[in-house]
Amino acid sequence: MTALSDVSSHAMASARWRISEAVFWVMALACAFLFPSRYLIMTDIVRLALFALSLDLILGYAGIVSLGHAAFFGVGAYSAGLLALHGIINEPVVALVAAGLVAAVVGFLTSFLVIRGVDLTRLMVTLGIALLLEALAERFSAITGGTDGLQGIEMQPILGLFAFDMFGKTGFFYSLIVLFVLFLLARRIVHSPFGLSLRAIRNNPLRAAAIGMPVNRRLIAVYTLAAFYAGIAGALFTQTTALASLDVFAFERSADLMLVLVIGGTGYLYGGLIGAVVFKMLQELFQNLTPQYWLFWIGLVLVVIVLVGRARLHRWVLFVPNLIIRQFAGRKAVVAVPESDAS
Amino acid sequence: MASVLTNLFDGVAYGMLLFVLACGLAVTLGLMNFVNLAHGAFAMAGGYVCAVLVNNSGWPFFAALPLAFVASAAIGILLERLLYRHLYAGSHLDQVLFSIGLVFMSVAGVDFIMGSSRVFMKLPAALEGQIDLFGVGIGRYRLMIVVICGLLTVALQLILAKTRFGSRLRAAVDDPRAAIGLGINVPQVFAFTFAFGCGLAGLGGALSAEILGLDPYFPLKFMIYFLIVVTVGGSSSITGPFLASLLLGIADVAGKYYFPKVGPFVIYTVMIVILIWRPNGLFGRTAAR
Repeated sequence: MTALSDVSSHAMASARWRISEAVFWVMALACAFLFPSRYLIMTDIVRLALFALSLDLILGYAGIVSLGHAAFFGVGAYSAGLLALHGIINEPVVALVAAGLVAAVVGFLTSFLVIRGVDLTRLMVTLGIALLLEALAERFSAITGGTDGLQGIEMQPILGLFAFDMFGKTGFFYSLIVLFVLFLLARRIVHSPFGLSLRAIRNNPLRAAAIGMPVNRRLIAVYTLAAFYAGIAGALFTQTTALASLDVFAFERSADLMLVLVIGGTGYLYGGLIGAVVFKMLQELFQNLTPQYWLFWIGLVLVVIVLVGRARLHRWVLFVPNLIIRQFAGRKAVVAVPESDAS
Repeated sequence: MASVLTNLFDGVAYGMLLFVLACGLAVTLGLMNFVNLAHGAFAMAGGYVCAVLVNNSGWPFFAALPLAFVASAAIGILLERLLYRHLYAGSHLDQVLFSIGLVFMSVAGVDFIMGSSRVFMKLPAALEGQIDLFGVGIGRYRLMIVVICGLLTVALQLILAKTRFGSRLRAAVDDPRAAIGLGINVPQVFAFTFAFGCGLAGLGGALSAEILGLDPYFPLKFMIYFLIVVTVGGSSSITGPFLASLLLGIADVAGKYYFPKVGPFVIYTVMIVILIWRPNGLFGRTAAR
């Protein structure tokens, strides 16, 4: 019994809110008032953070390597665009949830394909699904607008109160609130017994099955959930930029997303959020240096990260924050150090 | 009827080209279990080397082809020794990230050096036009591709099955530890195989400039095709990927010709279905590795 109570108390302790987390969110909110001229890029970061959070759920917590996560982003983006374009659901928040649910349905249906097979098959199947959806969107240009994308989307005010303005202020606060709400949900989920069982499955599926976990059902559930999150991120993209084009499905989007998550670290929820901030700053920097060839630097960052070793890199990156927090709080480091991921 | 045969021939040529491009990947990915998404980058390197030699330095096309092979193989062995070998034991996620990084670097690098527009190769006059064979129009260039790739396939099969190096490679793949115990220098065998695969990709890249089109985004555009060949074909022998690339080539050409409206998603659907049905590929071994 002691072992059991030990596990549960440990899980409870790690689920407790920390000061550094509150600081993180206060800082995120403070940015809105500190940089009023940069709403558009900050909205971009928030959206990317949500998308990365979604990938973290399946990659960091369930250990599924996906090369085609943009599929759900794209489904969400097109659903939100079509809902707004044809005036089916005018209220953005309801449309957002609806788009997320559409993506979740697609995620649920494709999860049966993904949970079969080993890493390599999963890579191929996820990549194939994203390419398939891209090809479908191009083919049915009567609905999706083909290569031109959806045009003429007009968003109604949020809850009928807050209209989207051209500076992106409403869009930013809207995205940030959505991110925060979904983050709370994800936090609750990963610290629940369900979340713990996912980690067990990631570390050793065979053993997890042996102690009675329904491995496949858990994977299907988390894959569907991640698809829902990605769909919301895609819908946010359409709602805040008022466009949806074929590149929402692009392979580069999925690849960039992996980089975001890897910069931030997999297996802890803040990884995607921190990664999104760092990634966008890197992107800005590289685009200013060499506008046309920033892809080269992104590639270089990926290669260096892998060769140096992700775990080692994160120890270096988190060294200074940990030091500061230790000074402040006068106790052991409180910034979470990501778990090394399996597979 | 004649046009059907012409299309069939085009499909066969296309498939054989895909096989030469992808068979190096069949070894790295299928046999060495290394997810190398950057395989197309080596093909692109070969293609560009050949194009520069032919267009700018005035080399004859047939003299430039072997050099495309050598250049890609050299780049391959360099990268293998410097970077790849550190990741053989790494997780698949690391391998994916690393090779995507390489692809991005190669795309931007080639864009920087050569410009982003498509490269055309000056071909010798003997390769242009069609010849008439029993009433079936056959492109000379495609005929050459079929001949070259056919010879290469036979040679590869012989090397793998009959030579001492082939048996070393098979031993190293089946059980690296036992192979080391028997005195086989496994890292060397892998490095050599990797370089040879890259060289073949380079040759394929040089040959494909005319058919697939050569531009800096080549590695990204055709990545999925190479992966399909390997995953669908399985990795137990060289015949699996060969048949898979023939199927893919014929299906792609026929699909584009007869059902241009359907678009490429038929191929993706078929791939997904095959992978669900047989996760180790159509011609793969049944035991999961």
